[in-house]
Amino acid sequence: MSRTVTLTVDGHEVALPEGSTLLEAARAVGVEVPTLCYLETLTPVNVCRICVVEVEGSRTLVPACSRVAEPGMVVRTGSARVRRARRMVLELLGSAVHLDLAPEVASWMEEYGAEPGRWGTPPAPEPRVDNDLYVRDYGRCILCYKCVEACGVDAQWTFAIAVAGRGDEAHISTEYDVDLPESACVFCGNCIAVCPTGALMAKSEWDLRQAGRWTPETQHTTTTVCSYCGVGCNLELWVQDGRVVKVTSPLDHDVTRGNLCIKGRFGYTYLHDLPEGYLTPIDHLLSRF
Amino acid sequence: MDIRFMEVKATEAERAALDPVVEAPSTSPRLVVGGRTARSRRHLLLPALWALQTGVGWVSRGGLDEICRRLEIPPAEAYAVASFYDLISLEERPERTVRICDDVVCRMAGAEDRLADLAARLGPEGEAWERSSCLGRCDRRSAAFVQEVGSAGRSVAPFDPAWLDRPPEPTPVVAAGPLTERIGHADPTDLDAYRAAGGYRALRAAVAMGPDAVIREVKDSGLVGRGGAAFPTGVKWEAVAGSPRRPHYLICNADESEPGTFKDRVLIEGDPYALVEAMTIAGYATGCERGYVYVRGEYPEALAALGHAVDTCRRRGLLGDDVMGAGFAFDIEIRRGAGAYICGEETALIASIEGHRGEPRAKPPFPTTHGLFGKPTVVNNVETLMNVLRIVDEGGLSYAEHGEGRSRGTKLFAVSGAVAEPGVVEVPFGATIGDVISAAGGPSEPLAAVLVGGAAGSFVGPDDLDVPLTFEGMASVGGALGSGAVVAVGRSSDVEDLVRRIARFFREESCGQCVPCREGTRRQEEALAAGRFDLLDDLAAVMGDASICGLGQTASSAVRSGIALGLLGGES
Repeated sequence: MSRTVTLTVDGHEVALPEGSTLLEAARAVGVEVPTLCYLETLTPVNVCRICVVEVEGSRTLVPACSRVAEPGMVVRTGSARVRRARRMVLELLGSAVHLDLAPEVASWMEEYGAEPGRWGTPPAPEPRVDNDLYVRDYGRCILCYKCVEACGVDAQWTFAIAVAGRGDEAHISTEYDVDLPESACVFCGNCIAVCPTGALMAKSEWDLRQAGRWTPETQHTTTTVCSYCGVGCNLELWVQDGRVVKVTSPLDHDVTRGNLCIKGRFGYTYLHDLPEGYLTPIDHLLSRF
Repeated sequence: MDIRFMEVKATEAERAALDPVVEAPSTSPRLVVGGRTARSRRHLLLPALWALQTGVGWVSRGGLDEICRRLEIPPAEAYAVASFYDLISLEERPERTVRICDDVVCRMAGAEDRLADLAARLGPEGEAWERSSCLGRCDRRSAAFVQEVGSAGRSVAPFDPAWLDRPPEPTPVVAAGPLTERIGHADPTDLDAYRAAGGYRALRAAVAMGPDAVIREVKDSGLVGRGGAAFPTGVKWEAVAGSPRRPHYLICNADESEPGTFKDRVLIEGDPYALVEAMTIAGYATGCERGYVYVRGEYPEALAALGHAVDTCRRRGLLGDDVMGAGFAFDIEIRRGAGAYICGEETALIASIEGHRGEPRAKPPFPTTHGLFGKPTVVNNVETLMNVLRIVDEGGLSYAEHGEGRSRGTKLFAVSGAVAEPGVVEVPFGATIGDVISAAGGPSEPLAAVLVGGAAGSFVGPDDLDVPLTFEGMASVGGALGSGAVVAVGRSSDVEDLVRRIARFFREESCGQCVPCREGTRRQEEALAAGRFDLLDDLAAVMGDASICGLGQTASSAVRSGIALGLLGGES
């Protein structure tokens, strides 16, 4: 039986299993802490620093996503110090890269009163299209390391990309910055699945967005099981105008934890090439009765 | 693990350069070496990169791929590590390149004028020469580091384009004390001279009293770390010594890169056996059988001196499986940094030794529990370790009689800038800023300020020369002792220009991992250039509060202290 740790978060006492993080503690008492580089399925790297919280007795703020709860800790998630740090992280990121595709960032900007404009505007995006399956736009990259982790030991074990360079020249790169088809990339797209800012995007989605025809309000998703092999990965097919435009897998699925292979994620175009009047096996079966 | 390598062949010269560091994989079809065995040698990545850099002058695709095959490292990861370091080149470049210091102290002595002159003589910047942050030769007021194919490189100080083949002038110890008394008097290459001057007395005493007693003496002495954080050394040692997890590791942090700091270099170059002996005592006391010294890449002379001392000690039975016949094992491995200030941060240093990018890790867990290769690790600065000799020799309580509070024993300062005799000053704790400047010959012109602690330190005004250079004294004026750099800034100097150089230093040296530091240091430099001092407070707050490590946390302190002293113009 694991032991529990009792601490206080924003005045609420909470008991959690030993080894829990401050983020888990905050969630347990219903306190929202924003995160960007954190994901349940990946090892915390605590680099974006938007999840910082104040711990009594600590000289600096601490990252909630990775800091392990200790008995008797007194944690404040909304103090002026915390809010100032978060506002500045948002301003620094918002003035460096384009964040319009990061779902929650706009509301956080409002909540924390961030004005990234006073630091300048991010340079124009430079999407890099070197293959038919996905697009990299590092003008949207916040260097959260998630894609690197998903490509490496946290999911795929392919190691096609890493953070290269140093300081403000740090960037995601293949070896010698070669194009993806020349690299070790196996096009599983698990990096796309974890990217929080749309810097990595399926080419199908990117093409529609470029053409101004990406319309989330008209899309619906169908959950199904991948038909390629017997593993049983769950797929979420994103359908717009009767065509699949993107494939994902649920993060909380036991088998995939959000990950797929090239076939599951990108091998759906045959659905669009079926002849008129095509009957599925089930249709055939049903037609006998 | 199924690694996809590049399809580029290494040249014969590249393979030959790598052979002494990482042997080529066996070609026998009966013997397969790989997998875990190869991957457990990831820590050889940086030495292998250095082998190519010194052997053939750069790291080509073929060369990197050969390293990757021998160590089973994915090429993207090896590239990521190589691109982290300034001294490793991923592009072919001239056989000889010169890195010239344009940092704070050399700047005050006219570095910019010299560089303009140089561009006319050596050709355009970026090809045959480039700018460098502080090279730790501030006492000569100008310095360069020459990298050349086939050699470990060499320092030039003072620097003149015509003097590239001259050995650097030695840095004087202008006020000696117990740690520095042998420097310049005993031959640093001669083990017998070291022993005749009292060397290895402390190790014999340590072995006679046993590991627990050594730790007790170190605790009694009140010795705290000299690298900047001032953590009690004995407490650190005790934590590692008592850990049931094995092996334990010892790391000596000799990656001295703080602008204005050169005292560790002087200690290593002038008294290398003392460091070997001190590390041996530390290893003995804390149960480490292996110690690493991580020497700054731009310190080839220190690297050579220490390498010679380690080899000699190993040959003479003072390192190895049975040190001095006393029944304990200890050996030292020297690792060379490759041009990254951040690797002086202890967790970044650990990552660098392990063959990863020198990115600091979150603390806790601390190195004493999760250090090198995940094991309990003692990380001590050169000067800290050197103090142990005296503590063991004369007893911790006697040592503690010098100084007060947390500041016990003697302290080394690297004094440079507007002083008559720049050099290393060793004084008992309690000496004031003014005392230390006087020991270095006094000001050479009326002072505008003194930069204490280097780029990560702070400016102190001329009215505060009576502040004691102790941890407490510096804290009382809102500063920190830091690395022991004391840079006297004369009134003829352009302080604003120095502050802008410090801001550039942090932008260039940030590892780039966390947002507050990567983006904050960049915006700080821009705000200073634009005279927008009103923006600095918010930057200082986020960098100081939310950065992962000390680099970001201190990146605004010198800038802010300069503004607080009214040394800068601009809108505020």
